[in-house]
Amino acid sequence: MVLFVAFVGIQFVSTKQNQSNVIPKTDFLLVNNPPKNIKKLLQVSCYDCHSNNTEYPWYNKIQPIAWILEDHIKEGKAELNFNEWDSFSSRRKKSKLKSIVNQIKDDDMPLLSYRLVHQDAILSKSEKELVIGYMKQLKDSLK
Amino acid sequence: MKHLRTVTILLAVAFVGLTVISCKDSKKEDSNDAMHSNLSTNEAEMNHDETMDSNTMNASNDMMDSSTQNSSAKQVVLDYMALKDALVETNKDEAAQAGKKLESTLNSFNVSSYTSEQQKELKDIIADAKEHAEHIGKSEMDHQREHFKILSKDIMDMVAITGTETTLYQQFCPMYDKGSAWLSMEKEVNNPYYGSKMLHCGTVQKEIN
Repeated sequence: MVLFVAFVGIQFVSTKQNQSNVIPKTDFLLVNNPPKNIKKLLQVSCYDCHSNNTEYPWYNKIQPIAWILEDHIKEGKAELNFNEWDSFSSRRKKSKLKSIVNQIKDDDMPLLSYRLVHQDAILSKSEKELVIGYMKQLKDSLK
Repeated sequence: MKHLRTVTILLAVAFVGLTVISCKDSKKEDSNDAMHSNLSTNEAEMNHDETMDSNTMNASNDMMDSSTQNSSAKQVVLDYMALKDALVETNKDEAAQAGKKLESTLNSFNVSSYTSEQQKELKDIIADAKEHAEHIGKSEMDHQREHFKILSKDIMDMVAITGTETTLYQQFCPMYDKGSAWLSMEKEVNNPYYGSKMLHCGTVQKEIN
């Protein structure tokens, strides 16, 4: 009963929405212009937490899910915000690309919890190879 | 029906999540506080340095070139060497410890004694190195070594700016990841990328004084 009351109560607490219509000039996809299929994969599997614009699911209206999402997005953007890609130096870009490759290879990203509710964000083996190959090539092209 | 199942799962996850979050938040506040106090000491130090700088500006500027090494830079090199030694011994836990130590040293790196251009470059190097040190603090051996390779490049670039009071040897292993370099304080090659598997594999590329 107590839990139920608490559950109803927290529904009235609002969270900050991570949404923006502006795509900055520094955006990863804008600057690097990857092939369409890779662009789509990154948008679906990464951009919800690693950019200034999240496509929120319907259950984001329910607390405490909204809090969990807000927390993940905050952490994700602090680690890497694809919208701000080109503001990184070449040194840092290379390190980020290295981390992207490792995270995807080890199935650390996308997060397990995100994959559970976002079936479309799961990268198949061939999709993983595609993204990893692209990131590696991008890394080697940087001076 | 499918919807109903998802909702039930989500609710279950939600309650667990709530408990986790409430614990986590209080922790976060603690570390924030710690960071604040850290910041303020840093600021105090910096102000102090500024006043000192204006007094001793002329004298220290002439000497800045390579002979005087900033104490943070010196500590970074020492922490890096402890990390390198742990990797030579293939000791994951010690490497993780050394990574964390290096991360905290980098966090308090005081760049105020350098020119604004050097500061910009140093800040970039520090931000990058910090990330690698952090990862080394919580990764398995193979990942620790991968990060160590990029970290080594950072430290070499840092030393190029800060100079070094002790002689450093830039060493090179042609086998690891298409060829990888690192820094050492001894001329004798002890390979941090392979440890005992290929302990003395590598060459001295450069002596840095």
